[in-house]
Amino acid sequence: MFNPISVSEVRERYSQGESCYDVISEFLEKIKDSRLNTFISISENEALAMAEKIDKGKLSGRLKGIPVSIKDAISTRGIRTTCGSKILENYVPPFDAHVIERIKAEGGIIIGKTNMDEFCMGTTTETSYFGPSKNPWDESRVPGGSSGGSAASIAEGSSVLSLGSDTGGSVRCPAAFCGVVGIKPTYGLVSRYGLIPYANSLEQIGPIASNVKDAALLLEIIAGKDYRDSTSVEKTFEFKLMDVSKVRIGIIREMIEKVDEKVQKETWRAINKLEELGMNYEEVSLPMMDYTLAAYYILAMSEASSNLSRYDGVRYGYHIEKEMNWNTYFSKVRAEGFGDEVKRRILLGTYALSAGYYGKYYLKALRVRNLIIQAFNKLFERYDVLLAPTMPTLPFRIGEIQDPLSMYLMDINTVPVNLAGLPAVSVPAGLNNGLPVGLQIIGKPFDENMILNVALKVEEEVWKR
Amino acid sequence: MEEVIIGLEVHVQLNLLKSKLFCQCPTDYHNSEPNTHVCPICLGLPGAMPVINRKAVEAGIAVAMALNAEIQEKTLFYRKNYFYPDLPRGFQISQYDFPLAYGGYVTIETDSGEKKVTLKRIHMEEDPGRLTYPGTIDTARYSLIDYNRSGMPLLEIVTEPVISSPKEARSFLNKLRTILEYLGVFDGSLEGAMRVDANISLKGGARAEVKNISSYKGVEKALSFEITRQKNLLKRGIMVEMETRHFDEARGVTISLRTKEEEQDYRYFPEPDLPPMEPRSLIPDVKDTIPELPDAKRRRFMEEYGISDYFAKVLTSEIRMADYFEKVAKVIDPGLAATWIADILKGELNYRDMEFSEVFEAEKLIQVLKLLAVKKITEKGAVKVIRVMLDEGGDPLKIVRRLDLMVMDLSEVERLCDEVIEENSQAVSDYISGRKEALNYLVGQVMKKSRGKADPGETNRILIRKLKEREKDSS
Amino acid sequence: MITDEQIRHVAKLARIELKDDEVAVFREHFEKILDYFGMLDSVEENIEPVFHVLDICNVFRDDVPGECLNQEEVMANAPKTEKGYFRGPRIV
Repeated sequence: MFNPISVSEVRERYSQGESCYDVISEFLEKIKDSRLNTFISISENEALAMAEKIDKGKLSGRLKGIPVSIKDAISTRGIRTTCGSKILENYVPPFDAHVIERIKAEGGIIIGKTNMDEFCMGTTTETSYFGPSKNPWDESRVPGGSSGGSAASIAEGSSVLSLGSDTGGSVRCPAAFCGVVGIKPTYGLVSRYGLIPYANSLEQIGPIASNVKDAALLLEIIAGKDYRDSTSVEKTFEFKLMDVSKVRIGIIREMIEKVDEKVQKETWRAINKLEELGMNYEEVSLPMMDYTLAAYYILAMSEASSNLSRYDGVRYGYHIEKEMNWNTYFSKVRAEGFGDEVKRRILLGTYALSAGYYGKYYLKALRVRNLIIQAFNKLFERYDVLLAPTMPTLPFRIGEIQDPLSMYLMDINTVPVNLAGLPAVSVPAGLNNGLPVGLQIIGKPFDENMILNVALKVEEEVWKR
Repeated sequence: MEEVIIGLEVHVQLNLLKSKLFCQCPTDYHNSEPNTHVCPICLGLPGAMPVINRKAVEAGIAVAMALNAEIQEKTLFYRKNYFYPDLPRGFQISQYDFPLAYGGYVTIETDSGEKKVTLKRIHMEEDPGRLTYPGTIDTARYSLIDYNRSGMPLLEIVTEPVISSPKEARSFLNKLRTILEYLGVFDGSLEGAMRVDANISLKGGARAEVKNISSYKGVEKALSFEITRQKNLLKRGIMVEMETRHFDEARGVTISLRTKEEEQDYRYFPEPDLPPMEPRSLIPDVKDTIPELPDAKRRRFMEEYGISDYFAKVLTSEIRMADYFEKVAKVIDPGLAATWIADILKGELNYRDMEFSEVFEAEKLIQVLKLLAVKKITEKGAVKVIRVMLDEGGDPLKIVRRLDLMVMDLSEVERLCDEVIEENSQAVSDYISGRKEALNYLVGQVMKKSRGKADPGETNRILIRKLKEREKDSS
Repeated sequence: MITDEQIRHVAKLARIELKDDEVAVFREHFEKILDYFGMLDSVEENIEPVFHVLDICNVFRDDVPGECLNQEEVMANAPKTEKGYFRGPRIV
């Protein structure tokens, strides 16, 4: 059931005198009662201990008493972090991710770890070792992925803020499918320290929330330079309201033309509404679009094949009791510990990097990356934001897409943003047959404030009509 | 005779840095409990990210400059992907295209004069952990892994295939060690400080790579073994196969690891978590920190102290010895200091298989040489003090006193000489009658009476004077 | 065309044991996906590859030692340990 709760609603309860302990207990009950399989682990003891501290006045901050759920790809000290995989089923990190430190420092309460596609490899949560999550709008449908548990949890109101990670759309896709807001920040704005890597050069941690302002608040808290991530930059983020009536909007033609008719219809409806409000748009072309999905998957799989080499059953993770030669041991641990989609991507990535193929695949993909960056730069000379539907279809049924390549094609509108390292937000913009449609707003590097103000406009004028 | 072609890949641990290459774990893990110098980064925990130690890059630049290599405009870290239980991430962060530096050379001395060993490239990488086995590698049922070493900063220095004998390889490594120690980034005496892989071929034959040579002495042994092995194959008309071999230090043999068909496919690609570096922009900072290097120091020693080329070479072959010499030469005649350090002290160290780092403070040698200079002790006595200090330590003056090494007072020697002359009339008359060798006997008698404490030279002088007086009296 | 041998080779490099039926399935997926990736063949070679999307370089930290994990934390997730060591598989 779609029943999201905003930060201001929780704050209102606190100002009415409710204790943090009671409020958090209620959310924990909600998680336990959920039929959507949104969480892999619940950090009940830690959450209640923190709530007690808050009640005693020992903690404060901008997230004071707000229940935050965390995608299980983000390391939490002392709380099991599985990345949706059997191979990490019992792994408990001895350190917190940078974003977790920030949330704790602001009094946010981490209530649990959300379900996800195994190692972020998927668009539905169906590849999770812990079973798929379900879409709160229709339980027979997928919530999107890979951060599906996070988006579904926000949508069902079992947490108020959530962190996902977006490698090729993994925040925006489930946000779109669940009717909530998801931000993929500019590459380098948020430290990845503690994020279990899938494809380092493409991914960012991003907030998911029931509304734009809440998502912006969480981004304010997690953004900023962290010396432990050498790719994080000296930038911070502060959300400031601005007049967006003169914003120059480009609609990416290639991202609309090829999508499902129902999605097209809702997208145009939203755009027309913006036009009625006096905003202007032009249709634009992103010429390299056709190549981006292939380039994205080559890079993601290549990096993944290397990132996932560390899971060998020696220092942590799934292991086999029997003693054997190291080669056999590694091969068996990995055969038993990884799911099929993960194996497929590791194998394809290994192939793409292997002798004789590096130039054909990996280097080529990096050349495409250059081209897509140039293409976006050119568009941003004339437009402030670019708009497109986040996903090419409405949320589909669990088990509906079996063929891997067909599944990969679901990411067609989201991956160009990751290749170019740009910020983008998915904001709900319409309903069709009782299912939400997300609008993707893409901005210039570090221009999060612009895209979020446009998103706020969409939220206020289109979604909440 | 077949021509031997050797190229070396030398892995040098920058073990004098304070922290590891990509994390803040301290580098002083030698002699520590296993897995006590590790953190999420060098343990390869998921989500932990590497951050480059600036000092490691600067040290790399200093080494490259000292080896006359060309530092590159842009340099990148790559992932070298392979599995092994000592490698916590399943890849090693290393360099591939865009290494830190290309080219360079090291000048060594060979039987046929000076030779420049030219270098291919210098790059940075991290060390893996360390594997041990209960029992031996082939019989152990399992392995034991210590990741304390994991993430230690390494430089890989690759030579061109220009080395033509095991002896040359050894002197290249010695010279390299000297230079690295001069730069203050490396202590060659620590375990695992320098590890070598060698490519060896005989002219016209295929090349074998010998891995895992981990001691200076091992290099000559491993290379000699491998050359003999290849020569024997050729003699029997068997082609040398291109392969990777492992040096078994204990047995002094090389064993086949894998042949060419099984060559590794490392699937290199740039490390996405580490932005590129522009090392040339760091050169101004590094330049001033490069000290006087061995060859320059050697020339200066000859000019400044007037010592021989041989002594200058020995003294500058180790920065510690060179610094030691300069301390001593400030107070003691440089010629004397050079002889006693380069010849005697070094010889005593070699005899004991000790490193110069283990030697007593320069002040102590100064005390010994001062006593010697004023003839308070004999040369023999001085050597004895040095030996005791190396073996047991202690203060030189106390040792001199304890072992009663102080040279006898001259008046006392005079007295003993008189006694000996009285007691040995036969020898005295032999001497006076022209059998001069009788003097040796008399000197011996005085030495015996003094229990070796009389200065033999002085005794000699006094006896001759006294005997001459007798001669005059009797004639 | 992708052969079963190629799949087995890649699986060996990646240290993932595959059953025969899995080899066949992966080969089928490989063919389809690599065929799709093949569209990049037409991309010009004269375009520079972008290794890092951010235009930053020389990101360093100072050579200052910091805290390590204690041995207990290090070993907490390990399946097998012995006297402070990780107990790993056989080497030969």
